[in-house]
Amino acid sequence: MASIQLDKIGKSFGAVDTIREIDLAIDDGEFVCLLGPSGCGKTTTLRMIAGLEQPSRGSIRIGGRDVTCAQPKDRNIGMVFQDYALYPHMTIADNIAYPLKVRGVAEATRHEKAREIAEVLHIGQLLDRLPAQISGGQQQRTSLARALVHPAAAFLFDEPLSNLDARMRVEARAFLHHLQRSRGMTAVYVTHDQAEAMALSTRIAVMCAGDIVQYAPPLEIYRRPATTFVAGFVGDPPMNLVAAQATRNGHDVALRGAGLQMAPIVSWPALDLALERSDRVTVGVRPEHLRITAGDVATNRLHGKLFANEAMGPESLVTLDLDGGVRVTARIFGDASLRIESDAAFAFDADRFTLFDAQGVRIPGAAEDPSN
Amino acid sequence: MNRRKLVSRIVFSVCAALLGVAFALPLIWFVFAPFNAQADLDLALPKPPTLANFARVFANGAAVGALLNSLLQAFGTVLLVATTATLAAYALARTTLRGKRVIEYVLLLFSSVVSGSAAMVPIFLIVNALGLIDTQLAVILVFAGGLLPTAMFILRDFIASIPRGYEESALVAGASQWRAFVDVVVPVLRPGVTIAAVWAFVQVWGGFLIPFVLLRSEQRMPASVEIYSFYSQAGTPIVPLLAAYSVLYSLPVIALYWYVNRKYGFRFFGGIKS
Ligand SMILES: Nc1ncnc2c1ncn2[C@@H]1O[C@H](COP(=O)(O)OP(=O)(O)O)[C@@H](O)[C@H]1O
Ligand SMILES: [Mg+2]
Repeated sequence: MASIQLDKIGKSFGAVDTIREIDLAIDDGEFVCLLGPSGCGKTTTLRMIAGLEQPSRGSIRIGGRDVTCAQPKDRNIGMVFQDYALYPHMTIADNIAYPLKVRGVAEATRHEKAREIAEVLHIGQLLDRLPAQISGGQQQRTSLARALVHPAAAFLFDEPLSNLDARMRVEARAFLHHLQRSRGMTAVYVTHDQAEAMALSTRIAVMCAGDIVQYAPPLEIYRRPATTFVAGFVGDPPMNLVAAQATRNGHDVALRGAGLQMAPIVSWPALDLALERSDRVTVGVRPEHLRITAGDVATNRLHGKLFANEAMGPESLVTLDLDGGVRVTARIFGDASLRIESDAAFAFDADRFTLFDAQGVRIPGAAEDPSN
Repeated sequence: MNRRKLVSRIVFSVCAALLGVAFALPLIWFVFAPFNAQADLDLALPKPPTLANFARVFANGAAVGALLNSLLQAFGTVLLVATTATLAAYALARTTLRGKRVIEYVLLLFSSVVSGSAAMVPIFLIVNALGLIDTQLAVILVFAGGLLPTAMFILRDFIASIPRGYEESALVAGASQWRAFVDVVVPVLRPGVTIAAVWAFVQVWGGFLIPFVLLRSEQRMPASVEIYSFYSQAGTPIVPLLAAYSVLYSLPVIALYWYVNRKYGFRFFGGIKS
């Protein structure tokens, strides 16, 4: 296993800068997810680490060794492709054993190794079949086995679970989690599914339009999203974001927005700094921190017309159209008996919201050390 | 089924059967005539069936040698075309070469000219200058030159349909570019190469002009030229012998189609989509 460092990596296709400038340090034994919407450059970044794409700028090190110009075969990596890329003319055993074959391992030994890893992945009974003769989930595990059969310096995954159905995806996810934690392997994992990233990662790199906007452990990203983009991408449903206008009154700050009503807050240095530049802010509240309120008693509230009320079993997703046109969702435990289009309101506690400045960057909370 | 439908069904079937017979007649002749010592251009059941025609053909050393020459020329050309076309098509399909489109266009344009009769004079002059007149090598090279571009285009489309992921997964597994090509691309491409090879084989097998112009001595002539030795000086065919020789001449091609059909069923597999 090895560490991976990307240093000021950039990639242009023609005149288009697909990756602008990425710095990413992955420690030995980490599981890092590249998370972002489709087209933001996750696959391109992963392919540069694999050596399948040559970076236009910057350098890549694996295990401390500069591999920027090294061929894929000289990087000692295992990779799982989104469409699995199993060789159609080889049996499952030969597919799995291929990385050993190119390294000159004798046939008996490599088939023994392939059998071992296949047993671990519960595909031991399929070794004599061809890829076309097994199911999608089995193909996925075959491709995983092929990546794992040889002790690589790092493992790269490009949306390996996206072709599985929902149930198998959750199962395979837990399996990958267990595998990586128990073997301590270094892994880089590309996904656009925030739940996958949350469940698997030791750290998540959230990408947007060719940049990494935040690189932190999952809970840190969840609790302190660096920007409104991250806040709106992570979480299911993601954080509710409502525009507001700040008015100063000595040390107190009053926040007002369409459909939003808040008790005055006592300002702190970071908020002062942000308000000096602009009085426009965004208030973010996680759906699970909202509760349904009946009267006007609650001071921090969002009010509007009920848009939808979806009962999911243990919880309900209740969506309001605020007066300003913004749509917010609450996760309510149990079920809520509310009628569509009726007036309704959500309340939230004073320590359960996040503020973002006019540029969409999070304003550090009053209790946080402003230096980090 | 009502009456009108029945009548129209009968009329259609009769017409189709008559049409089928018309097309089948030459083939039936081709099956019977070689075994008929008195065969002529009429359709007749051999009585009794005999192998005498074949015995006389096999007694003709030049005619048998010509079949071997045909095999030599066809296999030589196929080997050359299959290997070079595969490599060239791979380069065309997988690289981003500057001016690739122009190269392809020029190749396509010339391929129809080079093997055509219009180019026979310059080709003869070139082969003559190389001192290769009356050699099998000259025939193989000229055939290969003419067939290469088309074979390349056939294979290029096959390669373009192979997902790049196959090679890339081989590369990250530790294979060199060449190794990935040999281990992954070539096996997946095999049906495509076979199609191109069969096509090239048939072209050479039936090709008349190129060996006729480039070869001098009878012992190097292929069957497509030698078959004319079964015509009299006046140009009339010696039908029994011609029929027997024609059967021998078609056997390799029939065998080839049978083999390929059994092996690949003239269907191809490309990438797997789950
Ligand atoms: N070989 C290429 N040539 C041109 N553009 C490319 C190429 N590969 C990727 N791109 C572009 O780069 C952008 C990022 O692609 P990708 O890394 O695949 O995104 P993601 O994996 O995050 O969905 C896309 O807009 C895509 O069109
Ligand atoms: Mg992608």
